[in-house]
Amino acid sequence: MNQDLARQFLFDMSLARAFEQASAQQYSEGKIGGFLHLYPGEEAVAVGVLRAADPGDYVVSTYREHVHALVRGIPAREVMAELFGRSTGCSGGYGGSMHLFDIGRRFLGGYAIVGETFPVAIGAGYWLRMREQSEAVVCFFGDGAANQGTFHESLNMAALWELPVLFVCENNRYQIGTEIHRHSALTEVHRRACAYGMDAERVDGMDVVAVYEATDAALRHVHAGNGPYLLECETYRYRGHSMADSGAYRPEAELAEERGRDPVSGFRDRALKQGWLDERQASQIESEADAAVQDAVQFADASPAPDDLQANVYSNPLDLYKGRP
Amino acid sequence: MSPRQHNDQAGRIAPAQAREELMVWEALNIALDREMDADDSVFLLGEDVGLYGGSYRVSQGLLAKYGEWRVRDTPISEGSFTGLGVGAALVGGRPIIEIMTVNFSLLALDALVNMAAKLRYMSGGQLRVPLVARMPGGVAHQLAAQHSQRLEQMLMNVPGLRVVAPGTPQDSYWHMRQAVRTDDPIVILEHELLYFHKGPFDPDAKPPPMHSAAIRRHGTQATVIAWHRMVEVALEAAERLAADGIEIEVIDLRSLRPIDLPTLQASVRRTGCALVVEEDVRFAGAGAEIAAALGERCFGDLNQPVRRLGAADAPTPYEAGLESASIPDLTAVVNAVRMMLGS
Ligand SMILES: Cc1ncc(C[n+]2csc(CCOP(=O)(O)OP(=O)(O)O)c2C)c(N)n1
Repeated sequence: MNQDLARQFLFDMSLARAFEQASAQQYSEGKIGGFLHLYPGEEAVAVGVLRAADPGDYVVSTYREHVHALVRGIPAREVMAELFGRSTGCSGGYGGSMHLFDIGRRFLGGYAIVGETFPVAIGAGYWLRMREQSEAVVCFFGDGAANQGTFHESLNMAALWELPVLFVCENNRYQIGTEIHRHSALTEVHRRACAYGMDAERVDGMDVVAVYEATDAALRHVHAGNGPYLLECETYRYRGHSMADSGAYRPEAELAEERGRDPVSGFRDRALKQGWLDERQASQIESEADAAVQDAVQFADASPAPDDLQANVYSNPLDLYKGRP
Repeated sequence: MSPRQHNDQAGRIAPAQAREELMVWEALNIALDREMDADDSVFLLGEDVGLYGGSYRVSQGLLAKYGEWRVRDTPISEGSFTGLGVGAALVGGRPIIEIMTVNFSLLALDALVNMAAKLRYMSGGQLRVPLVARMPGGVAHQLAAQHSQRLEQMLMNVPGLRVVAPGTPQDSYWHMRQAVRTDDPIVILEHELLYFHKGPFDPDAKPPPMHSAAIRRHGTQATVIAWHRMVEVALEAAERLAADGIEIEVIDLRSLRPIDLPTLQASVRRTGCALVVEEDVRFAGAGAEIAAALGERCFGDLNQPVRRLGAADAPTPYEAGLESASIPDLTAVVNAVRMMLGS
């Protein structure tokens, strides 16, 4: 650990926390529509994993991807504008919360069907391997997704062809309201990798430094051409699954205990104690993050809506169906 | 092996230009070979496409020429290898996936419908998905209900996908080559009974646009719209009717999404009467879309409603007699035209 990294971690996690709080607020004011899946509690995973990844690596994510997008470097303005459905959003307002994309930053989205991320990731990995390129693909997924057929199909192919893919399980122990003991015969997701002869490891997903170090090692394995790797991060989400879910199925004591090992304040305390940052620096970083989020909300609010309903359906529209007969 | 050649059964090579007539599978094989030779981002994957050469021989010889990274035998994992194609397409590849038969495409629909067809749109135009999905189908040789489907209507209903249905060697070749070069996901429906049909073939003739329909026979009294094997049936019916002095126009649709409505409209304007003949189930089928579109666009030119012949509202039976009774045949087309013309 060094000061720069500590600064980065604290900024990323503070931005993430503030962004999600603002999203919830804007959602309740009706500025954001659709489904909104928030990330508080899981910040250490996105930050640890994506700060260890190279800018050239591809990232494939799910519908709970705001923070993945932010840490990947998509400006908060563009992410918030997308949530607002504005043309300045990173998907032009056509994607929304669940479909953030930024091809320039190699952020391949944004998939709302559980299990879709695996084939997309091995496809990008296949291409990289076929072209003998050195980049890797980082594929995020939840514990619930590990029961989808594509998980097994894709892990098989990834291992069979030694594709450069790092599968990152964000195991928050819940699939909406179904707790992992009720949805999985084997609750230690990383152990499933052994069925495909894939190397795997479990890490404390509430500890950003541990996630960063584990990812760094895992990606070194992948980049060196040793095939795929599965990293299971044990984490927790504080909110319900989406804005429609209060999360009432979880015992109060469980929630309190998890909040007790909060990744953001936990890292802050540690950074102060270790001398990576001082109090003034930490507060400064946090207010920068808050300001970025406030600016993003204003930017989104002031941005125009997209106006072409049929833009980008095809690359070369034939217009045979446009307009009235 | 050099390009501009195709493989005979033993994997040896015969130059394409040496033959005027070719089978559909051979035309597809040459098209794949030429595209793979021209662009090294084109690659093929599917079950048994490599060493085995493809269930209908379409990819024969390609593994030996291009190696296993570009001609990849996959596990039986339709959902994921189709999605693999999508992922590779997003980052620069031009994958061609073979789904062994259209029946198994149902396992791949998530990748085709929710991913391939949507990603350009949902990303605000950032992503492109140059994916070709080939799938043989149709009623063929008593394969029974799980292996005798058409499913065109399921794929036609999806904005963002294109669907073509080439029936001749020349069209198969053109469609394949154009599909590979297009930045959108395209489904190529192939017909299992047509792979071994011969037809004229000129690899260097200039192709018409992918979506354009072809008038296979000119006529004045009725327009019969068909695709794939039903074109043959319609052409036979036209011969039979011509013997009685009835001249029908036979249109091979060639593309099911988009549909070349201008060509259909122009024909209907001349004949005043249209019949759609489809091998897929008639209920809510492609014919329903065509009939409705023509009704909206050329009501004034039609002297009666557009009629449709299609498969029975039942899964395809195994027994041979019932199987052939389940889809339109020569007699059905002849009778339908006679009835429409009141003769
Ligand atoms: C194929 C599919 N089935 C069901 C759903 C509805 N759904 C959305 S999220 C979700 C739970 C997923 O849980 P998990 O993979 O653990 O991810 P988490 O939300 O915990 O991050 C479900 C069932 C879906 N989107 N896609």
